[in-house]
Amino acid sequence: MTDADPVRLYRTVRLIRRFEQRAVELVHGGQIVGGIHPYLGQEGIAAGVCAALGVDDVLAGTHRGHGHVLARGADPARMLAELCGRLTGLNSGRGGSMHAADFSIGVLGANAIVGASGAIITGAVWARRRQGHDTVGVSFFGDGAVNEGMLLEAFNLAALWRVPVLFVCENNGYATTMPVAGAVAGSIAGRAAAFGIRAVEVDGQDPEAVRDASAAAVGRMRSGGGPELIEARTYRFDAHHTFEHAVRLDYRPPDEVSRGRARDPVRIQGERLPDADRAAVDAEVEATLDAAVRFALESPEPDPADALTYLYASGLTVRTGGG
Amino acid sequence: MPRLSYRRALTRALADELARDETVFLLGEDVQVGASLVTTGLAKRFGTERVRDTPLSEQAFTSFATGAALAGLRPVIEFQIPSLLFLVFEQIVNHAHKFPLMTGGQCSVPVTYLVPGSGSRTGWAGQHSDHPYSLFAHVGVVTVVPATPADAYGLLVTAIRHDDPVVVFAPAGAMDVRDDVVDLEPVPLGRGRVHRYGDDVTVVAIGHLVHDALAVAEELAGQVSVEVFDPRTLYPFDIDGLTESVARTGRLVVLDDGNRSCGIAAEIIASVVERIRLLAPPRRVTRPDGAVLPFAPALDRAVQPSREQLATAIHLTMKDSS
Ligand SMILES: Cc1ncc(C[n+]2csc(CCOP(=O)(O)OP(=O)(O)O)c2C)c(N)n1
Repeated sequence: MTDADPVRLYRTVRLIRRFEQRAVELVHGGQIVGGIHPYLGQEGIAAGVCAALGVDDVLAGTHRGHGHVLARGADPARMLAELCGRLTGLNSGRGGSMHAADFSIGVLGANAIVGASGAIITGAVWARRRQGHDTVGVSFFGDGAVNEGMLLEAFNLAALWRVPVLFVCENNGYATTMPVAGAVAGSIAGRAAAFGIRAVEVDGQDPEAVRDASAAAVGRMRSGGGPELIEARTYRFDAHHTFEHAVRLDYRPPDEVSRGRARDPVRIQGERLPDADRAAVDAEVEATLDAAVRFALESPEPDPADALTYLYASGLTVRTGGG
Repeated sequence: MPRLSYRRALTRALADELARDETVFLLGEDVQVGASLVTTGLAKRFGTERVRDTPLSEQAFTSFATGAALAGLRPVIEFQIPSLLFLVFEQIVNHAHKFPLMTGGQCSVPVTYLVPGSGSRTGWAGQHSDHPYSLFAHVGVVTVVPATPADAYGLLVTAIRHDDPVVVFAPAGAMDVRDDVVDLEPVPLGRGRVHRYGDDVTVVAIGHLVHDALAVAEELAGQVSVEVFDPRTLYPFDIDGLTESVARTGRLVVLDDGNRSCGIAAEIIASVVERIRLLAPPRRVTRPDGAVLPFAPALDRAVQPSREQLATAIHLTMKDSS
């Protein structure tokens, strides 16, 4: 089921890169309120992992979640409309940047509580397998999440009940401003190993390396191997959150940033393509995003009277807050 | 007529729903042997795939249930002690409850959280005796607190069939209540029940306190005519039903086994006085502000709302309006 096409892999990283850059512009222009957590620099991970998945699989992402949703195949226009709080957004403007979800393609929500996705995906995969699907799941999280108890509890449950969940740790070196070395005792792979979960480290800046490691893990999981963990080493090119553009936090040495940016997954994957193919993809992505931006900005905003619509799936209504 | 205990009513509701709907499954700590005595026999009848013991991982298995619900199942979680809800407040409130809205209606999370033995179990002290239903009503999670075996059966069945998360508090003080039960049927959410009609004062009592309120009403019969209103569901609350009762009696006393400040009793009073003018200031009998249940039995009892306090509150309310 693995998508081995280098052009499509390039298209995905390029799409995420340009989506993020356009989104940052829209933050600065005031069209996206609340800001975003840019995925710039980490594109190879979402793209590589999702290239190893089949249509029946499910995933859950994080506060830095645009890449996961796009790599899974969500419509960039509806995704951008969601970031802009429009009615046409994936979540009808109710979720925004940190919660973009598309259940129709198995994206069960981007979760903004650090460490939360692991247990949810474990339950979802377990349930789908009980219903006869050959589902595997992916839980994306950052290095900061490995210190959250709930995630470690989820490791235990998934391993114990042999639920095929690929735990993907995107180790970008920092949890906001806290460096990994100051936060993680032992090692990330070691934590998985403690639960009997097979763990590998992979270069997150190389989309094909991520894809190959993911495909191998997914293959083993489908044949009954239980959960696995991939620690993808990566670097976040931009701020933790766009608020940093205004406040200037000083926590990353400039030479570290330039070294990190030098290993660019978009460039690395792009160099594997003939120039003409790359140029064609770039042009196509650009056109897609131009249309997406137009679609988002021209889409209607939700009616304030509907602010609590969808709160209850059962249709319960709430009393108004006014007198 | 068969006498059914509250505890067995819960068991029967679980069994009936497991039998009726393949997507229902039960998970929790020691549910296979039925350590709480609520799930007795269910693993034998339905198998350990559908009646699953979990490791002690409340946060993970609570969100595991959310995931399973997102994928189309109807999990029921049994929690061994009410204080575990503090541990999983995050998972219930931040995830299960918020998902439908945050995803713009793309999903539903039909999980039932069953808390048998909520409130004081006498001698279980500070970390085992909470009764945190007000917290869930505050955030808007559907919250039910049945008082009788028939309501325990009917509300648990409804909770399991409901498409949103529901917390079912089964008070320790009600677990051994027995009832003559003829028909067991689902009880709708958000519909209160008048257990006893009266003319002078409406007492709203929650969970096991309904039985105390009925006892006090009986004691006072002849002096004061007490109506006993059991909301059964705290969220959504049957404010119409209660308003109708208080509009007749003109007086309101609330009996609530939660802490006073920001508790459900305050909410009930506020909701009523927004709608109608009372003949006397309303009163509430609750645990003290910010209470933690102490161990020694006399201290434990001293913190819980008592029948004496209720009788006093009723008398004072009558006096205030004369
Ligand atoms: C449980 C929890 N704690 C704190 C926060 C605030 N917060 C948001 S992102 C973040 C850092 C997360 O770091 P990491 O998991 O490494 O992911 P990254 O941001 O590097 O992608 C923090 C502390 C949160 N959302 N959830």
